[in-house]
This record gives sequence, C-alpha cells and structure tokens, in this order.
Amino acid sequence: MQPDLHQKQQQQGIDVAVLVSIGRHPTTGRARRAEQDARGLELALAMEAELPGTRISMLHAGSQDDSSEAALRGYLGMATGVGMGLESMTLLEQPEGSDAIPALAKHLAATSPQLVITGARAERGEGSGLLPYALAEHLGWPLVNSLASVEKVENGVVTLLQALPRGQRRRLKVRLPAIISVDEAAPAARQSAFGPARRATFEITPTSPEADSELAQWHLAPARKRPKRLKIVKAASARDRFKAAASKSEGKGGQVLTDVTPEQGAEAIYKLLKEEDVLR
Amino acid sequence: MLETLLPILIFTALALAAIGAVRRIRLWRQGRPSPVNLFKGLAALPRRYLVDLHHVIGRDKMISNTHVATAGGFVAAAVLMILVHGLGIANPLLGGLLLLASASMFVGSLFVARRRINPPKRLSKGPWMRLPKSLMAFSIGVFLITLPTVGLLPEGLLEGGGSWLLALVLAGVVAWGLGEMFFGMTWGGPMKHAFAGALHLAFHRRAERFSTKKGGVGRSTGLKALNLEDEAAPLGVEKPADFTWNQLLGFDACVQCGRCEAVCPAFAAGQPLNPKKLIQDMVVGMAGGSDAAYAGSPYPGKPVGEHAGAPHAPIVAPVVMKEGKALVDADTLWSCTTCRACVEECPMMIEHVDAIVDMRRHLTLERGKTPNKGAEVLDNLIATDNPGGFDPSSRLNWAADLNLPLMAVLKQVDVLLWLGDGAFDMRNQRTLRALVKVLRAAEVDFAVLGTEERDSGDVARRLGDEATFQSLAKRNIATLAKYRFLQIVTCDPHSFHVLGNEYGELGGVYDVRHHSTFIAELFDAGRLTFTPWKGGRVTYHDPCYLGRYNGEYEAPRNVLKALGIEVKEMERSGFRSRCCGGGGGAPITDIPGERRIPDMRMNDVKESGAEVVAVGCPQCTAMLEGVVDASAEVRDIAELVADALVESPAADTSRRPTATTMAEEVIV
Ligand code: SF4
Ligand code: SF4
Repeated sequence: MQPDLHQKQQQQGIDVAVLVSIGRHPTTGRARRAEQDARGLELALAMEAELPGTRISMLHAGSQDDSSEAALRGYLGMATGVGMGLESMTLLEQPEGSDAIPALAKHLAATSPQLVITGARAERGEGSGLLPYALAEHLGWPLVNSLASVEKVENGVVTLLQALPRGQRRRLKVRLPAIISVDEAAPAARQSAFGPARRATFEITPTSPEADSELAQWHLAPARKRPKRLKIVKAASARDRFKAAASKSEGKGGQVLTDVTPEQGAEAIYKLLKEEDVLR
Repeated sequence: MLETLLPILIFTALALAAIGAVRRIRLWRQGRPSPVNLFKGLAALPRRYLVDLHHVIGRDKMISNTHVATAGGFVAAAVLMILVHGLGIANPLLGGLLLLASASMFVGSLFVARRRINPPKRLSKGPWMRLPKSLMAFSIGVFLITLPTVGLLPEGLLEGGGSWLLALVLAGVVAWGLGEMFFGMTWGGPMKHAFAGALHLAFHRRAERFSTKKGGVGRSTGLKALNLEDEAAPLGVEKPADFTWNQLLGFDACVQCGRCEAVCPAFAAGQPLNPKKLIQDMVVGMAGGSDAAYAGSPYPGKPVGEHAGAPHAPIVAPVVMKEGKALVDADTLWSCTTCRACVEECPMMIEHVDAIVDMRRHLTLERGKTPNKGAEVLDNLIATDNPGGFDPSSRLNWAADLNLPLMAVLKQVDVLLWLGDGAFDMRNQRTLRALVKVLRAAEVDFAVLGTEERDSGDVARRLGDEATFQSLAKRNIATLAKYRFLQIVTCDPHSFHVLGNEYGELGGVYDVRHHSTFIAELFDAGRLTFTPWKGGRVTYHDPCYLGRYNGEYEAPRNVLKALGIEVKEMERSGFRSRCCGGGGGAPITDIPGERRIPDMRMNDVKESGAEVVAVGCPQCTAMLEGVVDASAEVRDIAELVADALVESPAADTSRRPTATTMAEEVIV
C-alpha cells in the first residue's frame, strides 16, 4: 500500500480549461458539438475520473443564439455524473465575426488554469488550426498537439502521450501551465445526454470584441467536391472483393496531353470515358 | 368449540388481510401519479376480467377451466363462509351452496396440483409449489366444517368427548387455508395476484386495450409522451418509485406463469432478459430487498441472488458504482426488441415493453448510456434526420428514374406514400419500387414527401430518446400539415405504428394503412389483376408492429390468397409470431446472446417447408435476409404482388374516372 499512497500524494488534481467551439455537421451543415473539441472534453473528463480534485471549466467565445446554444449544450450533456462540475459553461460573448483569440487569451490569463485543452481545428469559420498556436504565443505557454492521452500530473509536470503517424506514440513531460490540442487520435467523445444538457447554464461574460479584420476580407464559398476515381473491381468471390477493397490502387496508365486542339482533347476524354464504361 | 373458534379465525384473517392491503396499497402509492377514473375502472372490471383476461387464459383451455373452478369456487366460498361461519347464519341453503363452492374449488385445486407435479420450466417454483396444498386445505377445511351446518353430520360429533382433537385439527386446516388465501393475498403470498390483479385490471394504464361492448380492441402505444417543456419533469424511470402507481400495481399482479418467458425471443436467444424476472425484480424493488427469493428461470447468464434494490434506489447501477450491481443490469433492458410477445401472452395484462422503455429513457436522456451504436444512431438522427447519417437530400435518389409525384408540387392527393428510412437501403428500395409499380397499376392518386420526409422517430423513441423522437415527430407533423391527403400508406410497420398511434398525442392524427392492407383493398375493389402464383411453397412472417401492435393479421394473408398462394403457416404465426430481432433498436444496441434471433426465425421458416417467406417490413427483410445459408428466399408482399401484376389495357380506360382526385370531394 505504501508506494501507492505515496503516488497518490504526488498526483494532484489541477484546473483544466476546455475550449469548445460550434461545429458543423459535414453532410447537413447543422450546428453541433465539434468533433475534436468534444474529444478534448472527453480527455478532461477522463482526467477528472483519474485525478480526484481536477476541476474542469468550459469556455466558448462567440455569440449566443438558439442554434449555437443547442450545439454548446451538446458539450454540457457529456457531464452525466453527479458533481462533475460542468453544470455551467463560460460564454465570452462577442458578435459573429469577432476574433476569438484575444478574448480567450485575456480570459485564460485572468483565470490561469494549469492546462488548456482545445480541438486542433474548428469546423466552421477559417478552420485554419492556428488558434492553439496563437493562444500559446499570446500566453507564452508550451503547446503539444495531437494528444492521445494524459498519463499523470506530478508536482506541476504533466506526462502526456502524443500521437504520431502510423499509431506511434511519444511520451512527453511538460511543465504546467500548458496548452494541448487534440485531433482524431484522442479517444472518441461520450454520448451527450439531454437531461444534463438542458439543465446546464451559461455564465455570460461580456468582452470587448475585436473584429477579425482578416476574416472580413476573405471570400467564403462552399468547398467543391473533388471527384473520386472509380475503382473497377472484377471479383468473383467475397475474398477477392475484400482484397480489392483493402488494397490501395496504384495509378497506372494515363497520358499527358500537351499542345492539343480542343477537339483532340475532347476526343481523348471521350475515348477514356468509353473505356472506363462511364459512357456506353 | 368450533362455533367460537371459526368466527375468531375468519375475522382475524380478514383484519390481517385488511392491514396487509393498506400496506400493499402504500407500496403502490410510492409511484408517481397517473390519472385514472377509479369508478369507471371498477365498473369495467367484471368485463375486463371475464372477457379480456379469459380471452388470454382461454388459449390454454385446461388452465382456463382450472382457474374458473378454483377461483370461482374460492370467491363464492369465501363470501359464503363469512356469512355462514363468520356471522353464524347457519342457513342450510347457504350451507349447501358453500359445500358446492368449496367442492368446486377442491376439484380445481386437484388440477392445480397436477400441473405442479412436473411443472414446465417457465413456471416459478418456491411458494407457488405450496399453493395447491393451501387451496386444498382451504377447500377441504371449509367443506368439512360446513357439513354439520347442512345436517349431513350429526352436530354432536364435534362436541363429543375426545372430539376436541378433531375440531382442533379442522381449525388448523382452516387456519392454514385462511392464512394463504386471506392473509397471503395482501402480504405477498402467491394469492397476491388476485388482489393486485383485480385492481390492476380496473386501473390499467392502457385502458383502451380492453374490448368494449361494441367489440374490437383499441390499438395504442403504451408509451406516454414525456413533458419536455417542463424542466422539472423527470425524464424516464430511474428508481422503482419513478413508475406510476398503476404500473407498480401491475407488476404486483404477476402470477409468475412464465408465459412471457416462453415467448420472449431475447430469452430464447440466450440474451440476458427474461420478462418474468424483470417484472419480479420490479416487485422486489418496490418493496425493497434482494432477488434471492425468486424461484424461476434467471436472466440467461446472470445468477439469481446478486441483485438488490429499494424503492428509492437506482434500478441500474450508475457509473460511479464501479463493479456495482443494483436491481437490474443495463444489458437486460437493452436486450428487448419491443416485440410485445410478452404483453400479448400475459394473462395479467402487464405492460412489460412500456416499463422497459421508461427505464431506457432514463439511461439515454439522463446518463447518456445508450450502448454500442446507439449514440451514433441518435447523433445521426439529430444531424441528418435518418439513422444511417445519409444526406437527407438523397432520400429520393433510388427513384431518380421513377418520376415520383411530389406532395410539394401536387399539394393534394388521395394517398401519401410514406417511404420510411428504407429509402436509403438498397434492399428496401426494391420493395419500394415494387410498391410504386403496384400503385401505378391500380392508378392510385399518390405522391411522396420526398426529401421533406424524415425518420418517423420510431428508433429514437424505443432507444429512450424521447427528445429526438418528439423533435422528429413535430417537424414531420408540421410538414404533413401543409398538404391534403386522405390516407397515408407505408410499407414500414414501424412508421405505420408511430404515425398512426404515436403522433396523435403530439397533434398529428392520420388515417394510416400498411401497404398490405391497401393492396388488399385495391384488389377487393377490382383495381388489380394477378397472374396465378407458380412458385414454390410460401409462408408468411407477421411483423410485430403490424400484427401484435396493430392487429393486422388478415390483410397480408388475403393479398397472398389473391395471388393464388396458399400460405404454409409457421408454428408461431399470427399473434404468436416470433420476432425477427429487428425491433426496438435491438440490432443497434446489439446485446450478445448465445444465438441470433433471426436465425431462430429462419429456422421456423425452414420447418414450415416453405421456399419463400413473405414479409411486410423492411426491418424483417433485412434481419431475415442477413441469415446465412437460409433455406428460403425473403420477398416483400409488394414484390410478390408486383411480379404477378397483369396490366390490362382494357381495364385501364374503363377505370379512368375512379382515378380522379377524391380528396377534393371529401375535404373541400
Ligand atoms: S408477467 Fe404476465 S406472463 Fe409473465 S409471468 Fe407474470 S403474469 Fe405471467
Ligand atoms: S417485448 Fe419481446 S423481447 Fe421484449 S421482453 Fe417482451 S417478449 Fe421479450
């Protein structure tokens, strides 16, 4: 028991701030809890379960309206246990089109949490993935991206597992306070429950909004769907089909046409479409 | 001596029974309020008992007769005994009747005893094994003490010198009988079922399920809409005391006959559910204690005696109780396919499914604990209005070449064709195409909502997500309100049930028809002609939501008959049809068992010797077709009809006039 107790004493709960944004469903565009931010909250909730005394606060900078409220409540519905301390979320109120970074940085500097968790990239707006870096720069804190899990917190140092490509992991020790960002490598978010989501409240904090002057100059348009190349699978058995589906297709054949007339070009395309059975 | 002893015994038993009754009623009243017209309920009691209850018991003639003899004999004997022996009205006529009543009861109890010699597995043992003896004790005791009253035995016999011993023995036997029959009735013995059962029938939560003098049985959902506007209103059932009082009363009426267990597909598949045990667990929970005294089949894979509960303790252990067990484990609740086979068989008219969904509501809405794919499906329903997460604007892609008329264009038609989520499923799209072909052949004036249609909310509701159900339902109702139509026709019994029986509470009242019903009507009206069936033997699988939920057993069979098919019935068909395993979100929550429900059903099909199994539900189609090495082909009724269509051009012209919009004449 002795070493266990020893360890317990060193492990202590910390203040964690989770930054959440309003997501956008990829198919229907409806507002929802953002996938990565929800994973960030999941990480924080797991820490809370492991490290007693951990306090989570949730932070969102943006405007308050019906559809965004429903999306934000999606996060609040993840706290389904008693006393998980997520009965409310802080909303830094600012109009649509304002820059979230100064407001967040100011609030974080004032409340000084030890750990800030955020998704790597927003689902609407610019979605450039720069926010964690900009915040880290503003606050002068270290940033770790693509986090897989938080292993332990000891004497102001957190041990993290960072996800690298191909399932590799890297263990890092980081002095707090720090910012960590999560993407698809972090564990999936738990279900959001209607009851706790409905009961939760918002603590609305006014900010002095700064318009995002850069964003205002941008021209936003829906992304064009890039066509996918059809893969023709001639398979007699389920095994062949599976093999074909699992294997990566290599590009073969093809030709580069330069200095041709439009008619020749059209001719070539027509021929290819015929070959590929797109036109019959 | 007996003259003094008997009234004391009888009135003591009655007094104790009265105290027990008050205590039992207190247990029920821990539940939430539920408005019931007490007087009307009590007035309807005799009919509900004699007609509806005996309709169910009568499926087993032997037990039905046994029950009439025993219960009828007992009620008569009890009343007469109070008069004759309690109040001392030693009238020979009353005495004679009393002898008759107790004799009838004795005969009945012999049959009860015989059934207990080698009882089927589904029956509970424990205290139920002593019941026949108690019944005999009561009837013999009462019979013997009444003999002197009618003068069949010399009065003096019991007064003679050593006869006090005989009197004492007799008094003992009577006391035993009284103990079981009067005292045990309200203190939790097997006879409790009579007391609770009678009141349960009177104050039933779904009164419309009982027949009326006008005949017919009301079809309804047992699920009551949650009040989501009021934030203080509870979301589902967390603790036994969260059930309404008449639900608790209903649980208490269970006779542990195990008929529900015998028909439950989840139990048969070895999933951890046994409807009888579940009801008994609720009884344990309402009184507080452990399930160790339960003497029937356990939940498969879960030994008895490890669970306990209390009226105000959570039924399912919350996450914080690591390794903890409460009254029931969550996987028990998620195993149910909501097939209602248990409800259909239960002689006590207990509503298992509604109780299960009530408990699921708490797990989903308060705890966010819908297992397996549940959370994903619910998220999809919220974000895309369909469980598969498909782009809602692709709902009509399957019909790109069919030129389907749209409600948005026509505004007014006879028939609104409700597609259901099968529109996203390649297999069901074949059924839909067949159905469209049939409607066109009969020149039905129909249209579809197309991309305006959303999931009906069936799965969300069965998974306990009442909020998503109501959101979908309200938007569907608003869409439907924009258009005029006489009826909705759908090939999905789940949509059929939800649109027809569940939208009403939210303000959407429609005349909904299953496609088999509608096709049968078209055929009867002479609007369809078929070439005779030349295929192999055909059986028909009744979908739960069409049959048991909505009582439609005839129309599909009539359509098959019209096709020239003679249906080879499976052993379990009609109201006893075995579920395909696809309802209630069961394929989504996917609780492991020892067997798969659809495999068992396809085996039923095989035993019937059929080469084709006709179905009438996209869910059944998917489940049954998913069975590997099946011996029969799965075809929807619409497909069979479409294949057999004879397109007669002559009839075409003669029928033109009927094809005009009838909606105009009726609505405007
Ligand atoms: S619930 Fe109904 S069918 Fe099941 S054991 Fe009890 S009385 Fe019998
Ligand atoms: S509804 Fe069907 S699956 Fe559920 S308990 Fe009843 S019989 Fe079993």
